[in-house]
Amino acid sequence: MTMKYVDEFRDSELILKTSEEIRRLVDPNYHYRIMEVCGGHTFSIFRFGLQNLLPENIELVHGPGCPVCVLPMGRMDDGLSIARQSDVIFTAFGDVMRVPGRLGTPLELRAKGADIRMIYSPLDALKIAIDHPDRKVVLFAIGFETTAPSTALTLLRARELNVPNFFVFSNHVLILPAIRAILDSPDMRIDGFIGPGHCSAVIGARPYEFIAKNYGKPVVISGFEPLDLLQSILMLVKQMREGRSEVENQYSRVVPSDGNISALKAMNEVFEVRPFFEWRGLGFISQSALKLRPEFSRWDAEVHFQVEGVRVTDPKAAQCGEVLKGVLKPHQCKLFGKECTPEHPVGALMVSSEGACAAYYHHVHLRQAVGE
Amino acid sequence: MCLAIPGQIVELFDDDHHYAMVDVSGVRRKINIGLLKNEGIRLGDWVLIHVGFAMSKISEEQANEQLRLLRMLGESDEAMQEVMGYRFDEHGKEG
Ligand code: SF4
Repeated sequence: MTMKYVDEFRDSELILKTSEEIRRLVDPNYHYRIMEVCGGHTFSIFRFGLQNLLPENIELVHGPGCPVCVLPMGRMDDGLSIARQSDVIFTAFGDVMRVPGRLGTPLELRAKGADIRMIYSPLDALKIAIDHPDRKVVLFAIGFETTAPSTALTLLRARELNVPNFFVFSNHVLILPAIRAILDSPDMRIDGFIGPGHCSAVIGARPYEFIAKNYGKPVVISGFEPLDLLQSILMLVKQMREGRSEVENQYSRVVPSDGNISALKAMNEVFEVRPFFEWRGLGFISQSALKLRPEFSRWDAEVHFQVEGVRVTDPKAAQCGEVLKGVLKPHQCKLFGKECTPEHPVGALMVSSEGACAAYYHHVHLRQAVGE
Repeated sequence: MCLAIPGQIVELFDDDHHYAMVDVSGVRRKINIGLLKNEGIRLGDWVLIHVGFAMSKISEEQANEQLRLLRMLGESDEAMQEVMGYRFDEHGKEG
């Protein structure tokens, strides 16, 4: 079965070699738990069946790096309460359109008459605002540091062009506090981290150093190709074998160690860190999310619409929290593939292709389709 | 949502430092280049695009690798759809 996957890869020989090298270096008596923090990696890992190329005692744990998945349902409902107002055009990325709130998804609300539009760029929302000066156009902003600078530049552009009817509902979250929360959580035993690729293109490699220094866990920032990920796992295994814990950058062709200075500057100009923010599955994490600075409050949807801050508990049988923390595998959730499917998601992990449950679901079905 | 799309800069607008025309597998669209102000963008450069913004400069070889990755993941159609979905051209010029 392993070969069947490997044959499709351009570097199949290198991939087999790397896989063998990993096998050679692992301690057979130890069970390794390696977390890929980023949802893009989760997607790649399932898509390429990488777990099949690893020895049994290396377990990949899927981290909280899918921004749609970690958004608590209450934030969705807050957003939709704005979308319901008749003078509002509500804009969101495609992934967000299918995330269930207490009263349904944005798509369902749109079917009931709300003006909700799917966009591919925050700049699309700004353009809609320019084209519809008589309406209030709200951007449901979401994403880690990969996306936050783009929202920031869009806001700076709104200020430059003096667009008064454009509002940002910020749900931007930060990757490092999430990793810290995982490291501090008592039911957690992670041996090393595969660091996110594109998020790190913004923040750089350096900010991960506390993980290596203070927590003694190795970090390797990785690209998204099968070989990238295997090499990163090999680098982690080598570090552990040699008793090192360092931050290494496998994806240095895209990730500079100091990050993207212009992006960080734009983010810093527009956003400030919230004292705390609720994450699905992880609870409240201090200093883990971004809101607009007071200087930008005239564009802040939370200020303008006086968002009430509803809190909604997830459906009882849903085990999204456990899956997000890596305590359960997706298929171990009672609803997986039954009540909860990509067509009818109960939890957000089943919505985005980067969510662990959706990735796992598609992978299982892909394999069934080819008769394995 | 976090995968990035590679494209080549084919036009820079003199009057406007915010935007450049990019070619993604034959489709041309305006993207924002403000995040690469420090790096400086030149005609012919390859960039990774995320939600309508160039987020990092890459080599042509890396661009090809990234395109291959999108194909392998079965995401190239979605990536093209995304690029064609950018509607933000403030001057209404069609790309
Ligand atoms: S299967 Fe559905 S309900 Fe269960 S953890 Fe995944 S997203 Fe949540």
